[in-house]
Amino acid sequence: MRERLRFYFGEELIEIASCDPTLTLLDWLRLERRRTGSKEGCAEGDCGACTVVIGRLDGGRLRYEAINACIRFLLTLDGCHLLTVEHLKGTDGRLHPVQQAMVDCHGSQCGFCTPGFVMSLFALWLNEDRPSVARIEDALAGNLCRCTGYEPIIQAAQRLYERGDRANDRFALASPAMVKRLDALADGETLALADGSRRFFAPASVEALADLLSVYPEAVLVAGATDVGLWITKGMQQPATVIYLGRLDELRTISDQGGHLRIGAMVNHIDTRKALAELSPQLDELMRRFGGEQVRNAGTIGGNIANGSPIGDLPPALIALGATLVLRHGDEGRELPLENFFLDYRKQDRQPGEFVEAVLVPKLPEDALFHISKISKRFDEDISAVCGAFLLRWDAGGIITEARLAYGGMAGIPKRAAAAEAALLGQEWNGTSVAAAIAALPQDFTPLTDMRASAGYRLKVAGNLLRRFLIETSEPETETRVAGLLAEAAHG
Amino acid sequence: MADARKRLDAATVAQRGPVGSASPHDSAAKQVAGEAVYIDDIAAPVGLAHAYLGLSQIAHGKLVSLDLSAVRSAPGVFTVLTAADIPGVNDISSTHRHDEPVFATDTILHHGQPLFAVIAETRDQARRAAALAKAVYEEAPPHLDVAAARAAGSDLVTDPLKLERGDVAGALAASPRRLKASMAIGGQDHFYLEGQIALAIPGEDEDVLVQSSTQHPSEVQHMVAAVLGIGSHAVTIEVRRMGGGFGGKETQANLFACVAALAARKLYRPVKLRPDRDDDMVITGKRHDFVCDYEIGFDDEGHILAVDAVYAARCGWNADLSGPVTDRALFHMDNCYFYPAVRGRSEPLRTHTVSNTAFRGFGGPQGMVGAERFIEEVAYATGLDPLEVRKRNLYGGAGRDITPYHQQVEDNIAGHVIAELERGCDYRARQAAIRAANRTSKVIKRGIALTPVKFGISFTATWFNQAGALVHVYTDGTVALNHGGTEMGQGLYIKVAQVVAQAFGIGLDRVKITATTTGKVPNTSATAASSGSDLNGMAALDACETIKKRLVAFATGHWQVPPEAVTFLPGCVRIGTQELSFAELVAAAYMARVQLSATGFYATPKIHWDRKAGRGHPFYYFAYGAAATEVAIDTLTGEYRVERVDILHDCGTSLNPAIDKGQIEGGFIQGMGWLTTEELVWDEKGRLRTHAPSTYKIPVASDRPRIFNVALLDNAPNREPTIHRSKAVGEPPLMLAISVLHALSDAVASVGDYRICPRLDAPATPERVLDAVDRVRAEAGGP
Repeated sequence: MRERLRFYFGEELIEIASCDPTLTLLDWLRLERRRTGSKEGCAEGDCGACTVVIGRLDGGRLRYEAINACIRFLLTLDGCHLLTVEHLKGTDGRLHPVQQAMVDCHGSQCGFCTPGFVMSLFALWLNEDRPSVARIEDALAGNLCRCTGYEPIIQAAQRLYERGDRANDRFALASPAMVKRLDALADGETLALADGSRRFFAPASVEALADLLSVYPEAVLVAGATDVGLWITKGMQQPATVIYLGRLDELRTISDQGGHLRIGAMVNHIDTRKALAELSPQLDELMRRFGGEQVRNAGTIGGNIANGSPIGDLPPALIALGATLVLRHGDEGRELPLENFFLDYRKQDRQPGEFVEAVLVPKLPEDALFHISKISKRFDEDISAVCGAFLLRWDAGGIITEARLAYGGMAGIPKRAAAAEAALLGQEWNGTSVAAAIAALPQDFTPLTDMRASAGYRLKVAGNLLRRFLIETSEPETETRVAGLLAEAAHG
Repeated sequence: MADARKRLDAATVAQRGPVGSASPHDSAAKQVAGEAVYIDDIAAPVGLAHAYLGLSQIAHGKLVSLDLSAVRSAPGVFTVLTAADIPGVNDISSTHRHDEPVFATDTILHHGQPLFAVIAETRDQARRAAALAKAVYEEAPPHLDVAAARAAGSDLVTDPLKLERGDVAGALAASPRRLKASMAIGGQDHFYLEGQIALAIPGEDEDVLVQSSTQHPSEVQHMVAAVLGIGSHAVTIEVRRMGGGFGGKETQANLFACVAALAARKLYRPVKLRPDRDDDMVITGKRHDFVCDYEIGFDDEGHILAVDAVYAARCGWNADLSGPVTDRALFHMDNCYFYPAVRGRSEPLRTHTVSNTAFRGFGGPQGMVGAERFIEEVAYATGLDPLEVRKRNLYGGAGRDITPYHQQVEDNIAGHVIAELERGCDYRARQAAIRAANRTSKVIKRGIALTPVKFGISFTATWFNQAGALVHVYTDGTVALNHGGTEMGQGLYIKVAQVVAQAFGIGLDRVKITATTTGKVPNTSATAASSGSDLNGMAALDACETIKKRLVAFATGHWQVPPEAVTFLPGCVRIGTQELSFAELVAAAYMARVQLSATGFYATPKIHWDRKAGRGHPFYYFAYGAAATEVAIDTLTGEYRVERVDILHDCGTSLNPAIDKGQIEGGFIQGMGWLTTEELVWDEKGRLRTHAPSTYKIPVASDRPRIFNVALLDNAPNREPTIHRSKAVGEPPLMLAISVLHALSDAVASVGDYRICPRLDAPATPERVLDAVDRVRAEAGGP
């Protein structure tokens, strides 16, 4: 046990022995350190004005990621390197190339979102060479600007790559030294801090986690905090015990196990995307549209499943694929089909003290047809109104032998459309069977009307997505998507 | 008078120098470094306390009792404020209607209405304490929208306006064709990235200084004084910059400043009030949503002969600026089009929702959306191309230049702008290609539309069209500039600084831009109505000219030259045959006891307006522009994408083309958001369900048009002698986005072979687009 948080804030080693377990990184920066460059725009991880960059060791390499400081807890920074907008200027007072490009291209107007954009671009700059415009847009999907209309910011990103010198970037050059410093902090000890009656733990091994959970079975488990963060900033909750899973590198592994991928619960959405993209471009696109870049960096596959949201992006796709969830309780493990994990609205089959360890994602059979459509009011960085994920197989005679139609946004949980599936089984894949499946959907779902869409729209689109699936599989030359990777691919 | 004429000349002579250069925003280097200071970044004064508002949990009814004991005894709480603690008046109605209490007393008029404020040592403590109030209500049914307000016979928040010209009934009756329909036009949250905030610091006597994120420091000053029951001279309001305003901080900042000031005076502590984003969105007013009921008379050639329209607005629980907003909707019900006979009526309805307020365009966009719908109706009814119908109805020609408010359109360039853009973006060929491709494209349909903008510049409340400035020249030749305009990102400070640098012939680095404060320039108007640089640029120039006049008089005597021999050139002052630096001249003038500081003032000429009669010349001039937009829609889901936008916009002779381009691009995207994905949803209890960016969707980077060509109209000096012949640019470009709505509509129309008007309402969410597709298909008898 170690009772002291340690991380690097720029060049400074920070050590903290006492702290509110859910103090946000943004409040620490602004209120305690008076680093006011990072702004609070929404306090829910959606606007990106608070974006900072966190470096962590990943397989011996220093990996920098843009994250939202507003919903990240300070204590989760153990062993990390934190950079904020104030760190970017050189000691000679010169702007960093990212900053200079923003000035040159008139990328700021009111300027309130600007530090967040600078940090998102800075992370991109550290990590990627010559990104496409589409990739720049993805990297900025979690940053809202209300003044510029984004055009000059995109131009700034392009100019940065035209004129900047990545290899000799001050931060890239300093990276080996920082690796050593962070290595020295990685002691494998569980971090344990208390603040009055409230406790925070960051175990460094799954074993230690299991032990903690046996003592604190009701503890709030925090993965990326992209959901739990809002319980604090919006719900004003004060959980008694918080256990952070971010130091469990064992849960960060992805392994190819022949017929399926085993993805550790703590694999973030960026890495999950890379793994799933190998299975299908449909999964690649789904994961591309997952939240903003900051959320994709922080959020994890395990967290997205364990929080049980009816509109989580991943579950419909994983259910359609027939994924299996691996749960662990102490030394005991169990596996269950993912679709059985979701019991009712925000209620899952997870016992106190139990945690999600991994997800087993079957590879697509060669003969299977697979489709995902996420429908939202705004195309990127939005939550599904309806998400449909479909898997179909048939026999030599063209008769459908397996149909897995999973939907999000249609019920209190992500759920398969049993009646629609039944309407397809034993039929050929054509307009007639699709019409029958669509006619069966009202038996499967009674969706709600809310701020995202009406019940009528949800039901209509749920059916039309099957039509889209049919067109895409039977008339591949027909244009069916207006935006995103799948549209780009079709355009050529 | 001769002086005034000379000043106008100075303003309108083309010059080389800082004016017209693409200087970056004055704060850009600070903003990218995180060093630009916003109010929440100001180092906390000693003893700072934090306020938080307690809000009504019902939309309409009586507040039976309010038990604040748990709030008072919560950790860290200093005090709790209710209406009973207000020493002055419990009212912050900006139009003096006494319908906007700071804190509700017995009647609750919207969900989220402030009931009390709690002041505590930390913001977290204040926020937690605020949640502990126990209010007992007697609920009444809320009237939430235009239909409900009409059905319930709700009152109007202000006198309606009627604009009328010609015999509308007769013209409609005589029209070969007529039609009658209705359109819903959605509201919009400002979503300024920096939320509402105020920091109040008490001083000696009754003094209070408030750092307020406001577009209207003078009004905040007057409101704080009224609420505290003290003179305006005891109140100073300061604002260096806002993190976005867009109209949302024209009146909506009053509440936060007043509560902070009230708490500061009561506790004799500095007090900061910053609501959470969700509370900000729940408390503050937004762009008005409208229902426009219209009847149009026209002929088979697409000429509009008569328009009779009622613009009904959801105004919310108090009047606020709803009067002038709904007026401006009517002022723009013509857009660029001449209606031979016209009647427009506003219906500003009281509803139990947030009090809708100013938002970039100020009702003008809604009026103009109506006008473009009229055009579209006529096009589909006659089978003519919508752009052709637009052209046929433009102002111009004998007897075709009078607006519904009887102002003559003297500077009409809409036809020229449209023609230039149509040619420049290859509109016709692309339209033909799209129509051909749509015939064979099964799922994805494309649409294109070109719409113009004519936007009236000036406050319609004529007295607001005045501005003051204060210019100090120091003995080293550096200049401190202050004026009544506020900086919200739009680049006003840099533009006015360019004007001042130009006037003295000095570099921009010699001009220090200082925070706007009521202590330096009094009785200012809101930085609104796109007027910022028009008014403040002229006022600052007036101050510069006063100083220059004194310097010329001094030089004339000192160097024994005639006044004409003294000229201010870029980088030097020529006096007879010798050249001095500005600093040298100033230093010499100081020794001769010449006053080097001056105030400046400007009042817009020509304008007048008689609201009762619905007649006048409310606008000094018009700003024009046009946009051509191409979209793709998915007829299975309603999803869409803006693929290409071409804009040609009229900035007169631009003071700063980079800043102006930023306004055009940003305004367009903001308008696009308004008309597409930005949807405000209230539930049946009157609770706003879209109160954060997770549920309220403004455009993101990937929503930008795939191709985005923006050009400023060349060789188009303002015909009126405005500051260096420039034109206002803050609001007009927002309305260029109406082309997005019409491109979507064009794409929808393809499923009915362009025979049926899609009547696509706003915002055109994917759901509305899909509904329109299905309706047009059904009406066309298709599958």
